[in-house]
Amino acid sequence: MANIFAFAEARGGELRKVALENVTAARKLADATGGEVHALLVGGPGIASKAEQLGQHGADVVLVCEHDGFTQYNPEATTAVAAERMQSGGYRAAVFSTSAQGRDLAPRIAARLGVGLVTDVTAVELNGDKVVVKHPMNIGKVMATVSMSGTPALVALRPNTYAPAQNAKAGRVENVAPIGDPSTARVVVKELIQGGKGKLDLAEAPVIVAGGRGLKAAENFKLVEELADAFGNAAVGATRAVTDDGWRPHSDQIGQTGRLVSPELYIAVGISGAVQHLAGMRTSKTIVAINKDKDAPIFKVADYGIVGDVFEIVPALTAAVREARKGH
Amino acid sequence: MGAQRVKIAVCIKRVPDMDVRFKIAGDGASLDETGVKFDLNDFDAWAVEAALQIKDKAGQGEVVAISLGPTQVQETIRKALSMGADRGVHLQADRIPFDGFSIASALATELKDGGYDLIFFGKLSPDSSNGVTGPMVAEILGLPCVTAISKLDISDGRGTAKRELEGAQEIVEFPLPAVLTIDEGLNTARYPSLKGIMAAKKKPLEIKPATLNTPQVTIEKLELPQDRAAGRIVGEGSAAVPELIRLLQTEAKVL
Repeated sequence: MANIFAFAEARGGELRKVALENVTAARKLADATGGEVHALLVGGPGIASKAEQLGQHGADVVLVCEHDGFTQYNPEATTAVAAERMQSGGYRAAVFSTSAQGRDLAPRIAARLGVGLVTDVTAVELNGDKVVVKHPMNIGKVMATVSMSGTPALVALRPNTYAPAQNAKAGRVENVAPIGDPSTARVVVKELIQGGKGKLDLAEAPVIVAGGRGLKAAENFKLVEELADAFGNAAVGATRAVTDDGWRPHSDQIGQTGRLVSPELYIAVGISGAVQHLAGMRTSKTIVAINKDKDAPIFKVADYGIVGDVFEIVPALTAAVREARKGH
Repeated sequence: MGAQRVKIAVCIKRVPDMDVRFKIAGDGASLDETGVKFDLNDFDAWAVEAALQIKDKAGQGEVVAISLGPTQVQETIRKALSMGADRGVHLQADRIPFDGFSIASALATELKDGGYDLIFFGKLSPDSSNGVTGPMVAEILGLPCVTAISKLDISDGRGTAKRELEGAQEIVEFPLPAVLTIDEGLNTARYPSLKGIMAAKKKPLEIKPATLNTPQVTIEKLELPQDRAAGRIVGEGSAAVPELIRLLQTEAKVL
């Protein structure tokens, strides 16, 4: 029997989808050995109301740490409370996300506990006294099988790899006190600047419409935005060439130095398919490419391609998608 | 900040060119490096640039480039020196370990008594693709840490940074000394000038053994994932749209 720790990531008082992914993955690990899932939820006043969702997704226990000093992400005080619980809890493995917050937090906790950590994990299992994970390397061109010997072994999952699954457990709430006063941490988040209201994030959107240089000018990105809007559940991405030129913010960049995404559907508009871009999206489930050059490398990874003028094809596709989704 | 002396360390990594078909070595758990070109990691180049800009603004100080690995990492350190770093430290190891905690412990041993105001890292390296070393070093040294910075202002012993999140950003304040990891967008790294390259040859480069602890994270096996099966061209121009819609609905089932 081995209990598994899951970090329930929240931002701005809301659970993030990756919190449910972490709990789902932890549930699978715990079920393999008959153990329990303990999810840690850290946030400002009111965050405890999110505990129920964690129980629905498989948490036996939800450890809730509520404090004014956690209203914004508080890396130092969160490290302290998580590390303390992980030390005293006797967990076999601890599941985080390879999100901006997970990337910031998990290494600090691992170093404090003196244990190993692998990020961008696409599969995790217990194997005897080891935790074994799959970890893509070299921009996805190489897949590593990695064994981890520390206890707990810290893994940070690639977002969108473990789809949140309903698996109701007790979700018994236990309140956890912060270690010291979180308000006195040295690193202080003064402000959270949220993207557009209701705007889907690239990591969470089931559909991504991305644009490249083939769009010719920043203002033509509205074609991409309109196509995304037609889907109703799509986010907009871009290539590095486009973000370097300032057509879109750097946070929209998909590729080797930007975001790694794996949506259900990826539509590449006017993107030639440089290796650095493919690195960020080649694990998408279905890829559609629209490009005027029939020899563009993007067509080598695309399931479906249309050759031709994006300014003619994309508006037609937008109208057809709207028509197909009527009634949704 | 006026004429206040700053001392900055930049931890840099030698990484393979990604635009190649990788080959797995005979042991099944490492890559065959024959014919592979290596260079300074992009994120680390932006970290070097950030350090040089802060030193320039302060008017005086020192930028130290530190790298762990085999003898060849000295080329990578020389590149940082040719960009303008003042001196280099090579922590010798047969190979760069995969275990980030092992790397972080060795770097922390070197950095601990260095009296650095700032310690910079790139956000991650594309080869091992873990992105853990910077915050682990911060934790070992007990220093404040801000990761994935796309904007930075340092003055009067304090810093303000912008962090990139998924679809959002955070404005973060922190005291110095601190560990910072650099994201794309903070700056554009300068190219070494010919003068810089000549000067770099004469800059001090200290060589010492890395103190590596036993790794807890080990690569058992490497595999080359199958390329995606080649797809098909549905058609040309907007005439192909109805067929694409049909395929998305009935075959891919995503619409």
